Amino acid sequence: MMRPYVPKDNVQAKAYYTDRFWVAPRVPEEPVPEEGVYAEDLAAVKAKCEVLKAYIQRDQLVIYINPEDNVEVLRILKEERWYEMLSEMSAVDFLAQRGGFEIFYQILNLNTAKRIRVKCFVKEDQAIESVNPLYRSADWAEREMWDLLGVKVNNHPYLKRLIMPDDWEGHPLRKTYPLEGDEFAQWYEVDKIFGKEARDIIGPENRDPARVDRYDTERFARLGHEVPKGAPVDEGSATPVQYQEEEGVFMIEKFNKAPKVLDKRK
Amino acid sequence: MAQHQVNYTQSGGLPVALTTVDKILNWGRSNSIWALTYGLACCAIEMMASGASRYDFDRFGTIFRASPRQADVMIVAGTLTKKHAEFIRRLYDQMTEPKWVISMGSCANTGGMFNTYATVQGCDRVIPVDLYLPGCAPRPETLQYAVMLLQQKIRRESANKSQKAKRLV
Repeated sequence: MMRPYVPKDNVQAKAYYTDRFWVAPRVPEEPVPEEGVYAEDLAAVKAKCEVLKAYIQRDQLVIYINPEDNVEVLRILKEERWYEMLSEMSAVDFLAQRGGFEIFYQILNLNTAKRIRVKCFVKEDQAIESVNPLYRSADWAEREMWDLLGVKVNNHPYLKRLIMPDDWEGHPLRKTYPLEGDEFAQWYEVDKIFGKEARDIIGPENRDPARVDRYDTERFARLGHEVPKGAPVDEGSATPVQYQEEEGVFMIEKFNKAPKVLDKRK
Repeated sequence: MAQHQVNYTQSGGLPVALTTVDKILNWGRSNSIWALTYGLACCAIEMMASGASRYDFDRFGTIFRASPRQADVMIVAGTLTKKHAEFIRRLYDQMTEPKWVISMGSCANTGGMFNTYATVQGCDRVIPVDLYLPGCAPRPETLQYAVMLLQQKIRRESANKSQKAKRLV
């Protein structure tokens, strides 16, 4: 398969960023056709549970359900419609917009190669029922969801942090979590290994990748103000900068004389 | 063949070379720096390449050991995560004196490109480091040079000094 040809004649001259208010196009959502391949699947779910919204996106069926129905809907789809594989599940942080998480289950029918995405919305403190009895692959996925996003899962056989250490505080994949970590994260290894009293000795993390300490002669060379390695340099004391011209180099001194001003006309 | 001029009427009739205890101890130490197999990320590939036949660490006497009890130098090759920080300290404490640490690559030196909540910003926050090795990842020649520099450092040290208490980090 070849990549489609894109003319690159004027790539350098064109501004690479033009529209300041450009919004990424959304994947179109199409209605579920009455006679389509997903009609029977949707009907089977609708017969027993409430479907809030259903549409086709990229030839896959997406259905929104109530979070209380998640095990029942997935049971119907697995046992009656043979969607036997849970290929992915996780949650998306919508805390700022809607005060909760959107949980999705991506399931696959191995016989017909059809895929359905089941979605539901939970509030921040609302727990969701584990689908581990139906799909074994939900075990670690739910643990990761709990670990990184803090979505509580009921009746999970072993709900423990999967990726972060067991004694970690906070859920790092939430959008409110700072990238460089909160105070707990920044002192985590110091507190754990040496104790909190070692904080003063070790000092805070250096998060500036371009930091150069001009008074640290152990690690950094002072360009233009060379001193021996490890020589103490007081903060505030300026190394005198000496130019050879000021000393009076032979030729410079000769040519650098002040211009002669005549007192009177000759 | 080396040309020895042995004066058999002196020195008890034996070829005698005089040296100091420091020199002979450091000669032994610096030529058998056994390294702990401690690959944490992609730098480990370069460390393995340094140990393999082309760069051949065995000729420096640097043999990788899978146990901290048998190792002299810990080559921290890769990203040190906060989850792993307690284990690097434990492995360092399990190594027998004298021991040295080479911090290999940007991640081990400063956290590198991982300016995040989960990465230790430089392994010298946890263990004392003797040699910082720049690069992302450093080529095997660089690691080879680091081992040679460490050999020079060991040879400069006093061998029979009483073990000073190591600074915290």
